Amino acid sequence: MSATLNKGIGVLKEIIDAPIASFFSSCVHCGLCAEACLFYTETGDPKYTPIHKLEPLRRVYQQEYTLTGRLTKMLGLSKPVTDDELDAWQPLVYDSCTLCGRCSLVCPVGNDIVYMVRKLREGMAISGHAPDGLVEAAGRSVEIGSPMGVRLPAVKAQMKHVLEDTGIEIPLDVTGAEYMVLMSSMEIISFPEYLAAIARIMKQAKKSWTLCSDAFEATNSGIQIGVSDIARVLVQRIVDGAEKLKVKTVISPECGHAYTALRWEGPNLIGRPYTFDVLHILEVLDGFYDQGLLKISGFEEARLTFHDPCQLVRRGGVLEEPRKLLKLVANNYVEMSDPGKMNWCCGGGGGVSAIDEAENLRLVAFKTKKSQLEATGAKTLVTACANCRIVLEEGLEHYKMNVHVTGLTEMIADHLATAEINSREMP
Amino acid sequence: MDHETLGERLREQGISRRAFLKFCAAMASIMALPPGTANAIADAMSKATRPSVIWLSFQECTGCTESLTRSYTPTLESLIFDMISLDYHHTLQAASGFAAEKSRIDAMRNFYGKYLLVVDGSIPLHDGGIYSTIAGRTNLDLLQEAAKGAAAIIAVGTCASFGGIPNAKPNPTGAVSVSDIIKDKPVVNISGCPPIPAVITGVLAHYLTFGALPELDDLGRPRSFYGETIHDRCYRRPFYDQGKFAKTFDDEGARNGWCLFELGCKGPTTHNACATTKWNGGTSFPIESGHGCLGCSEPHFWDAGSFYSALSMPASALSLSTDAAIAGAAIGVGVSIANRFKKRAAKSVHVTATIADLEKQHE
Amino acid sequence: MNEVLFLTWVRGMGLNIAIGIFVLGTLLRLLEIYTLGRKPDLATPRHRAGASGLHTVFRRSLPPPGMFKKSPASYVAGYVFHIGLFIVVLLSAQHIKLIQSLTGVWWPNLPAQFIDAATVVTLAAMVLVLVERINKPVKRFLSTFEDYAAWMLTFLPVLTGYLATHHLLLPYTAMLALHIISVELLLVFLPFTKLMHVFTLWGSRWYNGDVNAKKGVAV
Repeated sequence: MSATLNKGIGVLKEIIDAPIASFFSSCVHCGLCAEACLFYTETGDPKYTPIHKLEPLRRVYQQEYTLTGRLTKMLGLSKPVTDDELDAWQPLVYDSCTLCGRCSLVCPVGNDIVYMVRKLREGMAISGHAPDGLVEAAGRSVEIGSPMGVRLPAVKAQMKHVLEDTGIEIPLDVTGAEYMVLMSSMEIISFPEYLAAIARIMKQAKKSWTLCSDAFEATNSGIQIGVSDIARVLVQRIVDGAEKLKVKTVISPECGHAYTALRWEGPNLIGRPYTFDVLHILEVLDGFYDQGLLKISGFEEARLTFHDPCQLVRRGGVLEEPRKLLKLVANNYVEMSDPGKMNWCCGGGGGVSAIDEAENLRLVAFKTKKSQLEATGAKTLVTACANCRIVLEEGLEHYKMNVHVTGLTEMIADHLATAEINSREMP
Repeated sequence: MDHETLGERLREQGISRRAFLKFCAAMASIMALPPGTANAIADAMSKATRPSVIWLSFQECTGCTESLTRSYTPTLESLIFDMISLDYHHTLQAASGFAAEKSRIDAMRNFYGKYLLVVDGSIPLHDGGIYSTIAGRTNLDLLQEAAKGAAAIIAVGTCASFGGIPNAKPNPTGAVSVSDIIKDKPVVNISGCPPIPAVITGVLAHYLTFGALPELDDLGRPRSFYGETIHDRCYRRPFYDQGKFAKTFDDEGARNGWCLFELGCKGPTTHNACATTKWNGGTSFPIESGHGCLGCSEPHFWDAGSFYSALSMPASALSLSTDAAIAGAAIGVGVSIANRFKKRAAKSVHVTATIADLEKQHE
Repeated sequence: MNEVLFLTWVRGMGLNIAIGIFVLGTLLRLLEIYTLGRKPDLATPRHRAGASGLHTVFRRSLPPPGMFKKSPASYVAGYVFHIGLFIVVLLSAQHIKLIQSLTGVWWPNLPAQFIDAATVVTLAAMVLVLVERINKPVKRFLSTFEDYAAWMLTFLPVLTGYLATHHLLLPYTAMLALHIISVELLLVFLPFTKLMHVFTLWGSRWYNGDVNAKKGVAV
């Protein structure tokens, strides 16, 4: 088996639906979506206009599913979509689109452009036009279990570290636990603080929780590259793990697209609703706080601001929780421009951070975040997505900015009322 | 044999110089000539020989003649019969039969090249023109014969000017206008159903004064009378501009004299002098009496949709809409079914993708 | 064919054909678009006030936060020409009369002077829209023949309507006929060009609002 143009077009024919038909029929070429896309606003290059990135999909729709298109095609007057064209579109569909979805919020006729980019990626990938970086990451996810090649022993090593640092033993494969905690590979490799934070928070809240040895990885390369068949395999692992352990709630970690994949795409991928709930860790923390299970002491004194992860906020609907939690622990909080659902992407979402060829463009696009950040004068940048965090750190380093980046969950954990967690009881 | 001058004739009729000057001033005014020209017109006309006029009536209703002769007396229009020597008009002349035809033939012979030919009514062409004959001769034959020696032809009324009601679909007699047949003589179209009498007088006065026909528009009508639309000069125009329209003939708006556009008034597309010259001795004109303009001085007014449908309304029923809706729905359903099949076919050949499927085989 | 006959044809058979194609095309397009269907969303929705398809249908008529400043000319000219078209098309006595004769429904009209002013403003805004399309790199880059043709198809009826009312350039009868035929061309091409957005934008906004509302995001 290998990728072919035919298979790609076939997949596009499968995914074209009434919304896509309605969107293409509504577009008036006003170009306002360009103003919402940081790849256009930072480069000024019209080819990065979001709706233009969908040209191959539009042509397939027009030629296959409209009467006029069918007739022109029959007469041999239409220009078929070719491999060369899809190849030329790869940088537009992948390198310069983080699936941030800002364009979908500004289109005056209401087109959900990011919905269509996500769908176009299905055809791009199956016709062999996905970037190598994403293909490799997807390969590792399927074969090893994690896009970064993290295996269970690495998780166990983390668990051991947490035990040494906090004295809390991390539960693994505990059947009947209330919560099953997932992590992203980046949290396992780069941000071990996350697991420690969860352990301390859960202990304070006296909640039962567990990791799952078959399903500790939350990220989903299938969603990023745009292959539902692969995304389904990855979601299924988590569903199987959660159902095997009979947990009530699966907690998606500080990773934007993992949340989108599990919370919103997952049930549609496996073709049925879940038997458990999916919550983002910030939703869990917010719930704990409301129930009086989260006791906080002390404040961050540094001037800090929050970067809204696109997949969590605009695309995920976790809108109020981040600020509510942040204000519990920060008394010098400044809001960045365009906060909440109108936020600007870090430039590395949607798999872009895994595409080597996209690195320079991504750093150019980062200028938006840079100037937003400079305007706040904050020295600490809080976020709730490990991918955003890495991309932000790389960008800040590139532009030699002295700003500290941290995760919100960690920051909350740092301010837990200490008396509560010093006891060595098991949760 | 020659005619007396117009001046002599007027004196014989006991018409004072003062009355004649008043007439000339009125003519100057309706022809939009400078006021000072009235004296010049009077002088020129007094000296002019009354021209011989042959009046041929073809497929017509005599409304044009009625309009001319039944006007209030004494009116300026009535002076027309003093201005000309009407040598043949089979409705008005006392003579009949061969005597009548003889007067026509005499006039044609005696004033060859000088007489004016006035025509009212259209000319039928179908079936050899047999649908209208006079003394056994077709209208076409009579027209062509009389046109040969005419100095100019005045087509009076919309039938002679544009074919008129006889020309209305399906035009069974093959009725045409004078200018459809006569191409080598100057033809003035004085359209209207009927035309305004003063316009006929005006054209004759102009001919007598200047020895030539007045300036014509692209439909052969004297520009001085047909240069503006009824709508341009309508006294109800301010209501149009304010958007105040009568919705029915007996509503508040109609009683208040609001614009009749919505009741089908064709004033905006009709070129004529009714709104300024008016009818019945200057009493009023159709719009003033509460009815919209029918557009009777325009070609094809008879086939231009209902008199009572506004210009912005369809001129005929939208007969295709129902069929189009059915066809649209049918084709739409057809395409939808075809689309479903295509989508299902794409799904049926879908093979679950694996990582191996993402790599292109490079040859 | 003289002016009155031409006018009668465009008011009669021409209008008949144009409305026929318009009805056929619109029905066909709406069916071929919306029967493509979509999969039901199996994810448990998050409910949040202000997030729904219907909310988005209305909300998207206003510029999203920050967007007005990004492209003020597009928004101002866009609003002015759409509202202007609305006024001119739906509130002038002549057009209401047409709608009444076709549907039986009517409503009060605005004075001609007001319609006149709206027409001039609409024309000016449309010219600005065209200038923007030619001058702005993104708009120029996206523009195809269809975009310019659609502009012309929309501009001509407004222009000829104005010229006819004011007896400019051509006799009223001829200009009225041109006005009506320009509208007929617009009707004929509407379902098959981007002008179709007059019908589909409501569906598009609804889909977008609905998909995002399930996530609890008011878009």
